[in-house]
Amino acid sequence: MRKLIKDGAVVTDDWQFVDADHGTVDALPVGKVIVPLALWLENKAELSKHLPKVGVWLNGEEDTAQLHDDVAQLPLIAVNFPVFTDGRGFSAGRLLRERHGFSGELRAVGNFLRDQLCYLRRCGFNAFSLNEKYDPQAALASLGDFSEYYQGAVDEPLPLFRRRALTS
Amino acid sequence: MYVYDEHDHKILSERVAQFRGQVDRYLEGEISDEEFLPLRLQNGLYIQRLAPMLRIAVPYGMLTSVQLRKLASIARDYDKGYCHVSTRQNIQFNWPSLEDVPDILAELATVQMHAIQTSGNCIRNTTTDQFAGIAPDEIVDPRPYCEIIRQWSTFHPEFAFLPRKFKIAVTASLDDRAAVQVHDIGLQIVKNDAGTVGFRVLVGGGLGRTPVIGSVIREFLPEEDLLTYLDAILRIYNQFGRRDNKFKARIKILVRAMGPEVFAEKVEEEWQHIKNSPARLTGEEIDRAKSFFTAPPYRQIDDAAVSAALQKHTDEELAFSRWLNRNVQPHKVPGYAAVTLSLKPAGVSPGDITDKQLELLADLADQYSFGEVRTTHEQNIVLGDVAKSDLYDLWKVLKPAGFATPNIGTLTDIICCPGGDYCSLANAKSIPVAEAIQRHFNDLDYLYDLGDLDLNISGCMNACGHHHVGHIGVLGVDKKGEEFYQIQLGGNAGEHSSLGNVLGPSFGRDEVTDVVQKIVDVYVQSRNPDEQFIDTYRRIGIDPFKERVYAKAD
Repeated sequence: MRKLIKDGAVVTDDWQFVDADHGTVDALPVGKVIVPLALWLENKAELSKHLPKVGVWLNGEEDTAQLHDDVAQLPLIAVNFPVFTDGRGFSAGRLLRERHGFSGELRAVGNFLRDQLCYLRRCGFNAFSLNEKYDPQAALASLGDFSEYYQGAVDEPLPLFRRRALTS
Repeated sequence: MYVYDEHDHKILSERVAQFRGQVDRYLEGEISDEEFLPLRLQNGLYIQRLAPMLRIAVPYGMLTSVQLRKLASIARDYDKGYCHVSTRQNIQFNWPSLEDVPDILAELATVQMHAIQTSGNCIRNTTTDQFAGIAPDEIVDPRPYCEIIRQWSTFHPEFAFLPRKFKIAVTASLDDRAAVQVHDIGLQIVKNDAGTVGFRVLVGGGLGRTPVIGSVIREFLPEEDLLTYLDAILRIYNQFGRRDNKFKARIKILVRAMGPEVFAEKVEEEWQHIKNSPARLTGEEIDRAKSFFTAPPYRQIDDAAVSAALQKHTDEELAFSRWLNRNVQPHKVPGYAAVTLSLKPAGVSPGDITDKQLELLADLADQYSFGEVRTTHEQNIVLGDVAKSDLYDLWKVLKPAGFATPNIGTLTDIICCPGGDYCSLANAKSIPVAEAIQRHFNDLDYLYDLGDLDLNISGCMNACGHHHVGHIGVLGVDKKGEEFYQIQLGGNAGEHSSLGNVLGPSFGRDEVTDVVQKIVDVYVQSRNPDEQFIDTYRRIGIDPFKERVYAKAD
């Protein structure tokens, strides 16, 4: 099974990812599934019966507010990065955590780089489905590229200037 | 000058280690060229025509003598003995090797310098007025706010992969020397009726292929709200800026497509969610930032007496008088002046400076200007705090060093990108054009008679040489593999910013100087007494220039 970085460790991924074009509710595989946002929105009542074995994924450009009412019940939300230069997913992550209050597994999927792990973590992601070309064990190091930051974010809400003021 | 504490040092040393690892993994083949591109760009590293180019950040243009000496040693040890001041106040090395870059960064870190976010689709170095903190006409010193923005923008986790590059400039005087109207965000420091300091916020200005003057989206933003409001603008841009076409990805295109009013509403709406978050600035933090930019220990100088003494020198030496007129600018403290060192003598690429010059500059800064200098977006260097009683001695040293060309603000103080000699994006060379113009217009009296005249040259439409806002703009274009130059007239970068209009069909390189001469002739013949070039142009329009330049030689 596919490896996943989750909460700072390499684990086995027990979720199945359902592509945008392959999803009808009837044809879903057995077990824990991550379904596209459109499928979730259209079949929320039906899919909700399978909770907590259903997660939802969306693209960075999709409006996270569409999940505002669902975050409390969803165990997992995944944000897809179509290309690693598309930074919309960073905003999506922060909005899901900070505005919509999502506290479950927030997973980055798709085409992102090992070198973006630290930024992703700061934007609220705690799980990373990295490209298989990377050695996940070695990639863990990139989560901690930085241990000090100027801005507040999901991992450390207080910007450095407020923390400096506390210690001085 | 801002001084790093242990937190700043930690962030910078972690960055050096991170980039060293990335270079290793790239050289080992784990990172592909395509993946390495944004990583190296966010560290200022371009792959150029002949060698990599490394752009070093000079936050808001401030450098200490210690930093100058480090730049000199890097120029000598890793480059060919010189570097280049860019049009965004940064320093560029043209000949480092990729393998050496991690070591160069480690050396820079020892003097609190780096190349963070000097390129790539992220928030770039924040620029400001080169006379910040000393200009008689400023409302407050803009540098503390620039430093606050520097910290906020450095490794901002949400905004490192924007649709396109993002540039912020801050000015605190009406005579806008930071060109805030042609930046992605321009911040103009103002005081409201109650005397409270805040920002007038402009967005969507820019040069490049589609030059646009920025739109005001907020007349007054209280200073504590600076960062949360910037976060709101960037978040709207990150989410809605175009990503399908690189040439339509700048925020100016988004602002234009939405309309400034709608864009402003979206920002306001986003801001309401975050304006009271912990990112809101505190008075304490603003005071802390200000504490690094206090006045140096100025001496009590009798301005009248020292002016009289200068008068004696100017009466005796025309060359000193010329330099005093063009290269020395007013200072808010009586008895002091700002001195602009011209990096535009004929025969030197505009903005280039050698290792020996950097070291001399460091010594002069220590001796005459409290150990600090400023780079300017016109690609010169300023000694900001020179006692007027030292001006004559300083001039004597500057002259043989090649720093005293008395051409600041004149036609030969040309803003010029590196162009086709170095840059792989360029359509045409720009340095030889600048040099030919500088050699042709070598009569100083004639130059002074022409007055303030900005001539800006870009080697391609990316507009690094700011040709759109030159009174005379020269743009290198490629026609079937040959280099041609389009001329624009009527641009302006100051308080009344405007974009130039194309004069007509382009010219070969050997024709450009002659065309500039004809344009200048039309101005001289048409001007009213004391009328500057830009004002004459605005009065008479482009047609008289067109007629003269394109007249048939019969």
